[in-house]
Amino acid sequence: MAAVPAEEVAVEVVDLEKISLRELNQRLHNLAHAPGPSAWRVVNPDGAHAVACGIDVDVEVAIEGHVGYYCAGMNKRATVRVHGNAGPGVAENMMSGQVLVDGNASQSAGATGRGGLLVVRGDASARCGISMKGIDIVVGGSVGHLSAFMAQRGCLVVCGDAGEALGDSIYEARLYIRGEVAELGADCVEKEVRAEHREQLGGLLEAAGIDADPADFRRYGSARKLYNFTIDNAGAY
Amino acid sequence: MAAETERAWNLRESHLFDRTVIAEIQRAAREGIYDIRGFGAKRHVPHFDDLLFLGASISRYPLEGYRERCATDVTLGTRFAKKPLELRIPVTIAGMSFGALSAPAKEALGRGASEVGTSTTTGDGGMTPEEREHSETLVYQLLPSRYGMNPDDLRKADAIEVVVGQGAKPGGGGMLLGHKISDRVAEMRDLPRGIDQRSASRHPDWTGPDDLEIKIGELREITDWEKPVFVKVGATRTYYDVQLAVKAGADVIVVDGMQGGTAATQDVFIEHVGIPTLPATRIAVEALQELGMHRQVQLIVSGGIRTGADVAKALALGADAVSIGTAALVALGDNSPEYDEQYRQLGSAAGFYDDYQAGRDPAGISTQDDELAARLDPVVGGRKIANYLRVLTLEAQTLARACGKSHVLNLEPEDLVALTVEAAAMARVPLAGTDWIPGATPT
Repeated sequence: MAAVPAEEVAVEVVDLEKISLRELNQRLHNLAHAPGPSAWRVVNPDGAHAVACGIDVDVEVAIEGHVGYYCAGMNKRATVRVHGNAGPGVAENMMSGQVLVDGNASQSAGATGRGGLLVVRGDASARCGISMKGIDIVVGGSVGHLSAFMAQRGCLVVCGDAGEALGDSIYEARLYIRGEVAELGADCVEKEVRAEHREQLGGLLEAAGIDADPADFRRYGSARKLYNFTIDNAGAY
Repeated sequence: MAAETERAWNLRESHLFDRTVIAEIQRAAREGIYDIRGFGAKRHVPHFDDLLFLGASISRYPLEGYRERCATDVTLGTRFAKKPLELRIPVTIAGMSFGALSAPAKEALGRGASEVGTSTTTGDGGMTPEEREHSETLVYQLLPSRYGMNPDDLRKADAIEVVVGQGAKPGGGGMLLGHKISDRVAEMRDLPRGIDQRSASRHPDWTGPDDLEIKIGELREITDWEKPVFVKVGATRTYYDVQLAVKAGADVIVVDGMQGGTAATQDVFIEHVGIPTLPATRIAVEALQELGMHRQVQLIVSGGIRTGADVAKALALGADAVSIGTAALVALGDNSPEYDEQYRQLGSAAGFYDDYQAGRDPAGISTQDDELAARLDPVVGGRKIANYLRVLTLEAQTLARACGKSHVLNLEPEDLVALTVEAAAMARVPLAGTDWIPGATPT
């Protein structure tokens, strides 16, 4: 049996003015146990919270409009595209897959994410990538204050500027910033950009579909001076 | 000898600057950093010991001990969850992380709790497979750090506990010092090995009660509304916290008094922040009653529960269940005289040991050292936990029967009096031998 060309895959259209959020999420969750449509289009999200959260299957979900809090929260494997803006905590604790936001994202985008790729084509607000644990985040615009706070693993790429206290108390995450950094947080320092970093950054920009030159970015990360409590660092705790 | 005796009689220790205070000042001067320790508050505060049951008399008819039924079952999460927790006893095991505790200790807690039909709880660091395997009913904590948080374990859990704070350190984040960040703990928490791990004090993606409601909604959506959602708060502004948690959609509220234990926190935090479990229990019940949600949203109380009397008194004040942490570790052998010599080698002694943060626990409980952890047999430990939980339950039943109650949840404030003015005011029960409830009785 010949494979069905991608353009012929039937798209399941869900209108959130006609069915409940609960029903949408339940149907998406059911895909982990029983086959179903592999492409979904959600219309009239109207700022709803927790749209397409907790998916655990290789599926594409396109959301036509703005979403509220926690869109694609804890996503695994799915590709979720938001053709609009996203509220707080988009892709929070994402495990794998991709979440793409055409517009801007509110605070805590990609918070605590453990894997996958989050792309915000516009700006992301405060605390972008807070406590990130392996997720990669690419922001086409700028990020707000306390972004990458206590960031543990993964990469945060910012094509615009970064607000105050960038990377405060950072662990092993890598931060690539093209624009201005208002202020570095405690224990966050600028680091040398080596070939391996340019290669990694180039790959992330390509995956995000953003045309930017890796050579224009600076790298930031942990000075690792706060990893163990010492009296000499008391002022930073 | 005579001179020694004379000196002992002549010396007067300062109340303000006693030997403990002097030692701490001099330690601070040497080390230049605050004291970090485990255990809970050691200072004296009004507690359940300051209450007494009245028991039956001519006006109250007791149940026959050992013969007449006194039920102990409790259901948690009846408000929204499709699958509430059905527990056989109203005593649960509080959240304690793998990392803070050894793997055998976590396994023993699960075994013991399962044997008597109650729940245990994960902690800051995620769920281990061993913990899930040995815990028939497991509550999975969602903490500010989100260490180890993932949707698979969320779905494997029987309930979810959103931790806003804990009694030992309301408003503070967690810490796990480098001695306990083993390879496995580091991997589970996505951290480098051996660092002094800090946990945030605020959740990364929500702030305030309106956000919490949305967060709980997301957790319910991810788990298809199956799991009860608990909200745990340290006892501080308990009245508002409880009402806001109800408003946010909690199925169960856990209030942890200031005596609640910790694996590692600043001593100044443990001893000086929060309110005791006794007033917190009464305030939480009143907050629920005002909303008409008492027994609709279940209340679990923790912080210094040691005996069946503590259990019964908490239930009499209106809690649906209690939770134990420190007492469970003691049941496993923490601070046992058996290890006194080894405690002394660590600069402590049996009965005083609180250096859970150091990871050198001779009892093999608060450690990640394989050799020390191997001292704790999880099967034997599980049996001890089950025995202890049974004793707590039997004691609570004994007191309930004496008050004429056929279910421990039928105990009520009317069964209690207070031994001190402070306890009477905090628990809002009369001072023994009077009808005086300070702060409540019109003068």
